[in-house]
Amino acid sequence: MDPKKVIAKRVAELLHDGDVVNLGIGLPTMVANYIPEGVDVTFQSENGFLGLGPAPKEGEEDWELVNAGAMPSTIVPGGMFFDSATSFSIIRGGHVDATVLGAMEVDEKGNLANYKIPGKMVPGMGGAMDLVVGARTVIIAMVHTQKGKPKILKDCTLPLTAKGQVDIIVTEMALMRVTKDGLVLEELGPEATVEDVVAATEANLIVSPDLKRFGTEFLDQ
Amino acid sequence: MINKVISVKEAADMVKEGMTVMVGGFLANGTPENIIDALVEKNVKNLTLICNDTGFPDKGVGKMVVNKQFKKMIASHVGTNPETANQMNSGETEVVLTPQGTLAEKIRCGGNGLGGFYTPTGIGTEVAEGKEIKVINGKEYLFETPLRADVALLRASVADKKGNMIFNKTMKNFNPIMATAADLVIVEADKIVEVGEINPEHVMCSGIFVDYIVGGGK
Repeated sequence: MDPKKVIAKRVAELLHDGDVVNLGIGLPTMVANYIPEGVDVTFQSENGFLGLGPAPKEGEEDWELVNAGAMPSTIVPGGMFFDSATSFSIIRGGHVDATVLGAMEVDEKGNLANYKIPGKMVPGMGGAMDLVVGARTVIIAMVHTQKGKPKILKDCTLPLTAKGQVDIIVTEMALMRVTKDGLVLEELGPEATVEDVVAATEANLIVSPDLKRFGTEFLDQ
Repeated sequence: MINKVISVKEAADMVKEGMTVMVGGFLANGTPENIIDALVEKNVKNLTLICNDTGFPDKGVGKMVVNKQFKKMIASHVGTNPETANQMNSGETEVVLTPQGTLAEKIRCGGNGLGGFYTPTGIGTEVAEGKEIKVINGKEYLFETPLRADVALLRASVADKKGNMIFNKTMKNFNPIMATAADLVIVEADKIVEVGEINPEHVMCSGIFVDYIVGGGK
């Protein structure tokens, strides 16, 4: 079972027909591979276009058409290119329905840290601070722990990317929703038990009375 | 008609020590590589950079970072060029990380005669430190000021001899915004055409913003 595939598919199932979606670099990019049949999602790429398509075939790369990670990309019919100010008018202005991002840390209040580890790694926030503030739904897609250490905390310890903006966290072990009462465990991953999730999470978890399970189709893979 | 077409060397000579320089491009996509190469060769120092990112060590503005030409860099992302972090850690340069949308809007304000703007981006983070916070309709915003530069170095796919520009695909990014926000604007065009050859409906940024044009080629 590939945890990243399990996460990407569950996140893809959270998207709605007609949504405008911005995917972060890395695992979030994989979400595009699992959009359910009949669901039409328009992907926004913050470097300046709507209608981000799949990666080009080898030999067909166009270096004038790249994604936000500077890798050759494609644009689907109905897409559009624009400048960076327009790109962030779309993002900040509430015209992006969902953004999917990775995290170094996320906490039970919906705080997110994913741009800097002081003294160690300072890559910068890029467009992430605008995205988490502007997108209507902020989905964090990440493996549950960092080498066994919890990443879902009571309080983030790293510098914040945004305060109280995260709505949903999807890992290979669980789907959790940030609510005013705290972090609600709504679904379990294909192999996880409630005890497993609690043990791998520092934040307090409220177990939903209607607890479901996702990703069982990946069990024999 | 004023002749705006100059050589890449003449363009590089207009960039003087201590200047603030805006450079178009997003991870070197849409960056004027020939002007950058000429500036590396000229080795002009103590510049302040305003750019989305610091490119790669061998690509885009990153080549000038490796050559230690910046005393200060204002960017949203520096993770693709390890040399930026090295110089930041050694204290050789100052890096001001700015959220990408805020950076674009600061430059837009600088070129649009505006005194700044209130944005929700950065509330509750280090970005908000020292900035005015205002509650508007019950929501917190922080105040960001405009950015301008002495010179903007841009890349267009096509420019006519007045400087009217077309940017192919994702090469647009910061280029047309920066065109409005610098005292001196130099465009490197992959192709230079006669005035009138570009349909006015297809012009993406007007030549009124452009002072000089350099022939490019990739």
